[in-house]
Amino acid sequence: MKSLPEITDKVKKNLIWKSVFRRDYRNTVRDRAQAVFGNVFLHLHPVQVRESAVKLRFTWGMGGITLFAFIILVITGVVLMFYYHPSIDQAYTDIKDLEFQVPFGVILRNLHRWGAHFMVIVVMIHMFRVFMTGSYKAPRQFNWGVGVILLVLTFLLSFTGYLTPWDQLGFWAITVGTNMGAATPLLGYQGPFSEYLHITPYNDVRFALLGGAQVGGNALLRSYIWHCVAIPLVATILMMVHFWRVRKDGGISKPQK
Amino acid sequence: MNPFIEIITQPDNIAIVIMVIMVSFYMVWAFQQAFQNDRLLAAGLPVDGENDRFIDTFKPLVRIELLIALVVMVGLTVWSILVDAPLEEIANPTLTPNPAKAPWYFLGLQELLVYFDPWLAGVVLPSLIVVGLLAIPYIDINPKGNGYYTFAERKWSIIIFSFGFFVLWLLLIVIGVFFRGPGWLWYWPWQEWDHSRVVFEPTRDLTALIGIESRSLPGFIIGAIVVGSYMVGGMIAPYLYWKKNNPELLTQLGMIRYVTIIFLFITMMSIPIKMVLRLVFLIKYVWITPWFSV
Repeated sequence: MKSLPEITDKVKKNLIWKSVFRRDYRNTVRDRAQAVFGNVFLHLHPVQVRESAVKLRFTWGMGGITLFAFIILVITGVVLMFYYHPSIDQAYTDIKDLEFQVPFGVILRNLHRWGAHFMVIVVMIHMFRVFMTGSYKAPRQFNWGVGVILLVLTFLLSFTGYLTPWDQLGFWAITVGTNMGAATPLLGYQGPFSEYLHITPYNDVRFALLGGAQVGGNALLRSYIWHCVAIPLVATILMMVHFWRVRKDGGISKPQK
Repeated sequence: MNPFIEIITQPDNIAIVIMVIMVSFYMVWAFQQAFQNDRLLAAGLPVDGENDRFIDTFKPLVRIELLIALVVMVGLTVWSILVDAPLEEIANPTLTPNPAKAPWYFLGLQELLVYFDPWLAGVVLPSLIVVGLLAIPYIDINPKGNGYYTFAERKWSIIIFSFGFFVLWLLLIVIGVFFRGPGWLWYWPWQEWDHSRVVFEPTRDLTALIGIESRSLPGFIIGAIVVGSYMVGGMIAPYLYWKKNNPELLTQLGMIRYVTIIFLFITMMSIPIKMVLRLVFLIKYVWITPWFSV
């Protein structure tokens, strides 16, 4: 029988382990720093942070919670994509299959649905916190702007996801929502001044959103691609900018007088 | 079942109940810290974080993040086990549900449709909300309150933002979710939804109050004067007030900032004003033009 140190020694002192973990962790100043900047995920953080900046009562962890909700949604969303066809013949039955055939399909869909509601809630609270601590003030003005765009993208992500089950709820929510596009001044066929641009139901904003004059197969495909590819892509890029700028603008805000 | 319980326990509405609870909790927490810091500042004491030491990210911060992630994950999992996401009947373009509601976070905007035409409620006002949010850091020139909770040092910006966020955004969402039934009529939570209920509420246009047809030329001119004087008067009045009482502020703001702030503010305030006009005086339009109506 080998002792525990001997086993750990065996596990750690070989080429494979050493190729993955470059150094041993010894809880020295150097190693604690190395643990952060030597790790692609953790190196989002600075090596050291100000004590009160990371207290829960200051940030509520709300931005981080939003990111975490986004990650949950990406993971559950990718898995859901394996079971889903964005066509009006199959979309609804695919969701029914999730409910009755796919192992853990119900909880998968539940996680995605409630995670989405949750993300919308926490991103709004995050904005409220940033406002209340005045963290949009110099030098963080630009990053507030990035955050506002991310807030809008969060709404749009949720909104485009509404249609995907192709049930009455999604269909009519999207109908109500995109009807607003028809009211756009100049560019929507019901909007003011649109007659001067010869705008009709077949060439206005709403038509562009839906890929048709009403919610149908094209609208489903469009919302699916916006939902699963286009908006997440843009949001991810903006998130990179957002987090990068938090660091570059001096980290989590601190009292400046 | 009690209709109120029925409404708040609808699967999708549980999210809104959670939102109300979370938002209230964090609102209280934020203002409590703000007032606490105000007391410190008034006493000349440093607020939390002013004289800070640095700690290692690994592990104190990483530990907090992991714990929060675990709590969120557990919470969402429990929520997903207890409540199933609804799936309604298959989409049917020939069967319009009543009420047909937008996604819950847009219900504040849908609620505005009671008071404004769609081009305003659905397009212009939401765009201005985004523009206004983007503009905040550039129009708020108050250097104080940067990086800590405070109320006393930035009273007006907090009051205006809170009014927009809590009342015009969140409260209208709650109204849209819980108080609007068939025909977008008002239903108290204890009232049963009645699909055959019709409320005949004769609305009139502003000029009708003085007996002038709103679609006539005089009606058009009077409407234009009312809307114009609200916009122009709203633009000039704060200028005159500050010129007299706080000319320094005007110099600091400058022309562009002043116009932006006041334009956004009077646009925002036009919402509650129009609500009162509509709900109390049953006025539908203030100004009717051949192209649009306000």
